[in-house]
Amino acid sequence: MPIEFESPKPITQAQFMLKTVADEMIRPRSRYFDEHEHEIPWDYIEFMHMAMKASGGSSLAPRENGNGKDGGEKEKRPPIGYQLIAAQIESLAYGDLGFYHCLPGGGLGAAAVYAAGTPEQKAKFLARFNEEKPTFASMCITESGAGSDNSAIRTRAGLDEATKEWVINGEKIFVTGGDKSFTEYEKLGKGFIVIWATIDPTAGRGGMRAFVVESGTPGVQVTKLEHKLGIRCSDTASISLVDARVPFDNILGSATVEKSTSGFKGAMATFDATRPLVAASGVGVARAALEFLKEKLAENGVQIRYGLPRQKLTSIERDVIDMDIQLKSAWLMVIKATWMADNKKPNALEASMSKVKSGDVTTKITQKVVEILGPLGYSREFLAEKWMRDAKITDIYEGTGQINRLVVARQILGYSGSELR
Amino acid sequence: MYSFDPTEEQQMLIDAVKKYAVNDLRAAAHEAEENNELPKKLINKGWELGLLQASIPEAYGGFGERNAVTGVLALEEMAFGDLAGTLAVTTPSLFATPILLAGSEEQKQTYLPKIVEGEWRPYTAALIEYTFDFDPNELKTSATHHGDGYVLNGEKAFVPFAKDAESLLVYAKLDGQSQAFIVGKDAVGLIVNEEREQLMSLNALPLYRVKLDNVKVPASNRLGGESGHDFDLILASMRVANASVAVGVANAAFEYSKNYAKEREAFGMKIAQKQAIAFMLAEMRTEIEAIRLLTWEAAWKLDNGRDDAINEAYLASIGAADMAMMVTDRAVQILGGHGYIREHPVEMWMRNGRGFAMFTGLAIV
Repeated sequence: MPIEFESPKPITQAQFMLKTVADEMIRPRSRYFDEHEHEIPWDYIEFMHMAMKASGGSSLAPRENGNGKDGGEKEKRPPIGYQLIAAQIESLAYGDLGFYHCLPGGGLGAAAVYAAGTPEQKAKFLARFNEEKPTFASMCITESGAGSDNSAIRTRAGLDEATKEWVINGEKIFVTGGDKSFTEYEKLGKGFIVIWATIDPTAGRGGMRAFVVESGTPGVQVTKLEHKLGIRCSDTASISLVDARVPFDNILGSATVEKSTSGFKGAMATFDATRPLVAASGVGVARAALEFLKEKLAENGVQIRYGLPRQKLTSIERDVIDMDIQLKSAWLMVIKATWMADNKKPNALEASMSKVKSGDVTTKITQKVVEILGPLGYSREFLAEKWMRDAKITDIYEGTGQINRLVVARQILGYSGSELR
Repeated sequence: MYSFDPTEEQQMLIDAVKKYAVNDLRAAAHEAEENNELPKKLINKGWELGLLQASIPEAYGGFGERNAVTGVLALEEMAFGDLAGTLAVTTPSLFATPILLAGSEEQKQTYLPKIVEGEWRPYTAALIEYTFDFDPNELKTSATHHGDGYVLNGEKAFVPFAKDAESLLVYAKLDGQSQAFIVGKDAVGLIVNEEREQLMSLNALPLYRVKLDNVKVPASNRLGGESGHDFDLILASMRVANASVAVGVANAAFEYSKNYAKEREAFGMKIAQKQAIAFMLAEMRTEIEAIRLLTWEAAWKLDNGRDDAINEAYLASIGAADMAMMVTDRAVQILGGHGYIREHPVEMWMRNGRGFAMFTGLAIV
């Protein structure tokens, strides 16, 4: 296919529908849940679950043919699964980034299974998201001593040869949605968490594996919910594992310890899929802020005179036009990275570039919007200040801007982790 | 659908242009810049790649159809070699492409076949004016109705090859709108400065100031004929082209400084192994990609007649100017003292880099 920038119909349709959801369902609740941290927006969760079931599936993990039901048979179209998900996430985050995280479905937990699991594992763990009740899954990587440097993970998984079970011990922090994925709520289906642990502490990255731990597993406990700068509607949990036993087959990918880091790299491949999606969520927040700014400017009779040379523009016009440029190009980078994922092209470089760009753009736009709006931006009467607080996380989680710069640099320089630390 | 793969044909063109850009343009760039001259043979070789010829239908002597995306891809690659060379090779497009896009049937038949047949010959265009707040939509050069035709008055700047040009496309304000007029080299009142423009870069490209002193133009020489034409579309095509050559130059600076950083040792390691340098390179690559995609999208929207194509082209051009300045500046920084020395090309690219804020009108897709 030649170079093309036509947004596919399923994407424009999803954007259209989710715009209504953002305006009618999310925005009116946005402030309340910002101010009532750890309350769960049940009506939204149930509504979204029903809506997604009605439209053919609720898991955010892309379907194999990417085109949904009518994809494969009628005509052979290129897959757009990840692009569609990116557009959905952008649209929901435009509503509210915290609410996006409250979207039932697999989230990053399912993404890990999708990226690193066997076909059997995918069938076993991913089916639940289309069941009766809304269901969550989370990814547990970070530990108090292992953030960006996730090779420093201490959580240990040992094999009990007698029972053929993995026994996991450790303490995970900053688990997005961990409460909804693990705590057994009556209104929710049985979720799971994906725990990153080492099966051989002497093997470094070669020993790192991901394990699916079912909700309610004995020995596993949500020990804390964080209080945060933003995305307060999204719970951030600490989870402790004490002699937690999980079936042998719950290990994602290979169980053998390799001298090389290929196992670790396989797990890291999850990020090639998820980084553009996190980038997409940032673009959504930035778009919300920029559109709000434009509305307010228009209300106050401030026109943006597109097309003029810069020398003739006011400072506000320059800022807005620059933000347009940044936002549009950040979105195109998300689209390209997900398009590559959909077409099975290696996209480690593009995935991380999209995250670098989105992290920059999202934080800068939301901060600039608050600045330009002055007291209106700073007041909690409007959501601009909230979006600025929400936005900051997009340059931190799923690889900080700096980690992603490191990944980009290694890719373009052809350096290994030891050549460029 | 979204797609980012060039067609096979486009890829062949890209490869051919790249070869010329690297083997010919880049190889000649330093000497050309130092000696203020591009060899005619070099320009002709680029002309023979057939970028313009392939954008003009057979009916007018060419062998293809104009496609802005293809134009962008080709310009990116060529400017990777050298900006001055690229602008020289593509100067005839400044005259021919607006005629192709907006000219009357008579204008197309009169000019297009003789431009595309044979060797490169200087047909050119005059858009830019010598004011700090130059605005293509608010030209100071004026066109007024006069009998059956028009009279042009004003001064134009940065006009490539004006001295030798067979004909110029002169942009002037008529009834509040920017319109183009075909002016032959022998027109009375057309005065091309003897001295070439002396700029921060583009030494190799002969650019001239051009005065129009009551130049009379017949009605049939208004682009599009008596009813004129849509200037927005032409301006957008220039802005997209400006953005794509900016991407090319930025890419050149990025690649060069990247390779340098992988060779240069300091404190017992390659400087590329230092995060301070590696992060700069990562950001350069990221920003190039961002603007590149925005430029591609603008070109695609032009090709597909989208309403927002005009604005998108504007955004791409502005974004490209910032990006190219940032990237080329950092390339010099990465080379350090060596970057400041004219033996390395990065200082020239940095001088090019600032120009994209004012080069709209020197290239078109």
